[in-house]
Amino acid sequence: MRQISQKVRKLDAQALVTGMPVYTQDIVQGPYLTVKIVRSPHAHAKILSVDTSKAMKVPGAACVLTHRDVPHVRHTLGGYAYAGSNPYDRLVLEDRVRFVGDAAAIVAAETAEAAERMARLVKVEYEVLPAVLDMDTAEEAPAVVHPEEDYVCKPSIRNDNARNVLACGESGNGDVEKVFSQCDVVLEDEYHTLGNSQCMMETFRSYSFYDKNRKLTVISSTQIPFLVRRTIAYVFGLPISTVRVIKPKVGGGFGAKQSLVTELFGAAVTIKTGLPTMVLFDRRESFTATTTRHEMKLRVKMGAMRDGTVRAVSLYVRENAGAYGDHAMGCVGLSGHKSLPMLGKAEAYSFRYDVLYTNLIPGGAFRGYGATQGCFAVESMVNKMAHALGMDPIEMRLKNIPMEGEVMPAYYGETLTSSHLDRCIRRGKEMIGWDEKYPRRQTGSHTIRAVGMAASMQGSGIGGVDKCFATVRLDEDGCYTVLNGAGDMGTGCDTILAQIAAEVLETDISNVHAAAVDTDYSPYDKGSFASATTYVTGMAVVKACERLIGQMMAEAAAALETPEERLVFQGDCISEKDAPENRISVSDLARRQVTSGNCHAFTATCGHMSQTSPPPLMAGFVEIELDTQTGQVKVLDYAACIDCGTVINANLARVQAEGGIVQGIGMALYENMQFSSQGKMRNNSFLQYKIPSRLDVPPIRVAFDSSYEPTGPFGAKSIGEIVINTPAPAIADAIYNACGVYMTELPFLPERVLNAINNKAE
Amino acid sequence: MLITTVLNGKSLRQEVPADKTLLDFLRENGCLSVKRGCGTENCGLCTVWVDGTPVLSCSYPLPRIDGHEVTTLEGVREEAAAFGAYMANEGAEQCGYCSPGFIMAVLAMERELPNPAEEEINAYLAGCLCRCTGYSSQMRAIRKYLEKRHETD
Repeated sequence: MRQISQKVRKLDAQALVTGMPVYTQDIVQGPYLTVKIVRSPHAHAKILSVDTSKAMKVPGAACVLTHRDVPHVRHTLGGYAYAGSNPYDRLVLEDRVRFVGDAAAIVAAETAEAAERMARLVKVEYEVLPAVLDMDTAEEAPAVVHPEEDYVCKPSIRNDNARNVLACGESGNGDVEKVFSQCDVVLEDEYHTLGNSQCMMETFRSYSFYDKNRKLTVISSTQIPFLVRRTIAYVFGLPISTVRVIKPKVGGGFGAKQSLVTELFGAAVTIKTGLPTMVLFDRRESFTATTTRHEMKLRVKMGAMRDGTVRAVSLYVRENAGAYGDHAMGCVGLSGHKSLPMLGKAEAYSFRYDVLYTNLIPGGAFRGYGATQGCFAVESMVNKMAHALGMDPIEMRLKNIPMEGEVMPAYYGETLTSSHLDRCIRRGKEMIGWDEKYPRRQTGSHTIRAVGMAASMQGSGIGGVDKCFATVRLDEDGCYTVLNGAGDMGTGCDTILAQIAAEVLETDISNVHAAAVDTDYSPYDKGSFASATTYVTGMAVVKACERLIGQMMAEAAAALETPEERLVFQGDCISEKDAPENRISVSDLARRQVTSGNCHAFTATCGHMSQTSPPPLMAGFVEIELDTQTGQVKVLDYAACIDCGTVINANLARVQAEGGIVQGIGMALYENMQFSSQGKMRNNSFLQYKIPSRLDVPPIRVAFDSSYEPTGPFGAKSIGEIVINTPAPAIADAIYNACGVYMTELPFLPERVLNAINNKAE
Repeated sequence: MLITTVLNGKSLRQEVPADKTLLDFLRENGCLSVKRGCGTENCGLCTVWVDGTPVLSCSYPLPRIDGHEVTTLEGVREEAAAFGAYMANEGAEQCGYCSPGFIMAVLAMERELPNPAEEEINAYLAGCLCRCTGYSSQMRAIRKYLEKRHETD
């Protein structure tokens, strides 16, 4: 293979490193109205009145929109296929606000300063209501977050809004209680994960206007251009084809931009005024008024035999949806279905969940999407079980992980079609120097070095749901253009898809170009999420390239007056197998499109949907130094070995892994989302909410041990999400190995670790 | 107020509001490489140079540039491309949104520290946050770039 697994530069690298104007705010042209949101200071309140008179007197004021000025259409902002089961529980604006920061009104003015002034002068009269601020008591709380009668949800989610239950459910296999009773050791514990903010560097923004064809056009920093189009059309009652979404370069997403965030606000003002509008959320709004990772409490019960075989496992998850259910259903599902299958020998499993509404910032998509929380709980319990049995956690894994070819009942009954997880575990063990370092070494009077590990899986797209198209075109100069609708958010999928095309078309990557996403021209794609683009859209590219080659072969047959079956495609030309001098170059074929009367345009669009979601798998190993006097945990080394199937781009896969692991370290050690007793987020800036800096993390060491996934492009699976999962459970176990305390609540702040050490001493 | 400055080598005299930040002024004057990631001096995305010294333009009062020279990535594009090639070879630019500020800091470091060790590099660049890469690839790019520079010196 010539293009696959190479360290190909991102196609947009040159533009990015020279600071070219390629992001949403860089490419829009004024004049436009600046849109600002009037936000609720209350966690739960009814809006009695909105007085806009003072605001409208501000020079440059354009309009104030209240709940009376926007369509009353319940919707979800979570980007998901039609098959999604997230409830339709939002309005653009409503006479009720459900969390501190929820939108109460929209203002627009000719300048940002005027819009900010207007937002301060809109007088909203609230009737403050009791708020549900703790998911543990949500069912019995005196307040109902969603009392509205026009709430829409599928019966299958078993909603009970009167008790703030967004959904509940269960699945399982076998009789867990019976198998528990036969196990030598049964352990049970509860784990608590907090909300995390995605913190991509480019905050949320979109620009809307009517284009020359009177299409409502939105330029948005989004991962889901086609779902933004669909949702705008649905909410404003427009035909989908009269809405156009353009995605320029995006400054990171990590799931945050898998929801609509700013788009409906700007579109509402453009529809109202006919004028271009810009909505730009600052960092504080991005923290407080968008979405976070879902807070979860996860109770794990595990039964094992003395030899280390885990025979049964149960998981009960309580998920805090916050005020709206944008991604609540998907995330809670993954917390079980992507953690429990790692116990591949279990005869029985049970997974139950309750999803609760509260008057806090809504949960949403964040890399890992629930699997991260599940992994922390279940992998922590696997480590605890290993210690209870006196086994090395690595031996415990090797005894229990699912092996290639095995059916995984907890993973929708799918068969593990490709896995090198066992090899990844062994390789990672060597990388970290486990045998020399496990479990701990005293390095000073109050410093201990210790190692810990965890294993994990994710998916590759959503099986039977994600539908993605790709268009591949031969341009008249003999170069190819790959069009996708996925929406590269900075990870490099445009480049990945171009590499796949170059491989099939047997040409150099320099002959393949990417095109920006514009729903008017790009083929449909559900969007860049669920670790899907390489695996699902990548296969669409393979199919489109094959079809394109077929078109070129047919034309070559006509041009060479030779039957097609005697011809062979050779990348730069098509020639006769037995008479190679009888040939036509791809360049000449390309030219024929515009010079020969009968030559068709060489362009092929193909779609792909996978019925399965083959898991990438990995093992993560950490070495920490714990200061037993302060409780501080310092990560000294992180080594990971990953099976993402065939690595398409060696650089980009590695950087995905390094970046994801550091995000996971941030989640484990630093990122501590806090709310006041009134439900207001306390740490709503980078001053207070600390993501890892380069001083906080060691160089991350990543290796790949690739299996070959038969359903993926050139054997590839996914890489984007799995990489965030292992740090929290691995670091928790390193802390246990250092000092004998089990950390069950994220993050492992020094004071928490110290408390745990002191409590144990007592 | 009226300010006089040299922006990327070009003299400018402009009437500006005294409460404007340097970042907004720069973007309004066509320096679109300058990005705002936080607005609280924590992320480093808005790094530019005033008289060759890196500053955070999101919190830098505009009147302070009166009589001083301001440089953004637009003013050092060739150098940025030279170092940027090393980033590109590692895949270290990722979403690219923090790249301009980061590159301005790296180029300033190169001028300031003759032969920095890894700890010095990390300390110098600590204020440049990146959520995509986890920093390792950035360090690989810096080391290879500096090594090459020393070879050619």
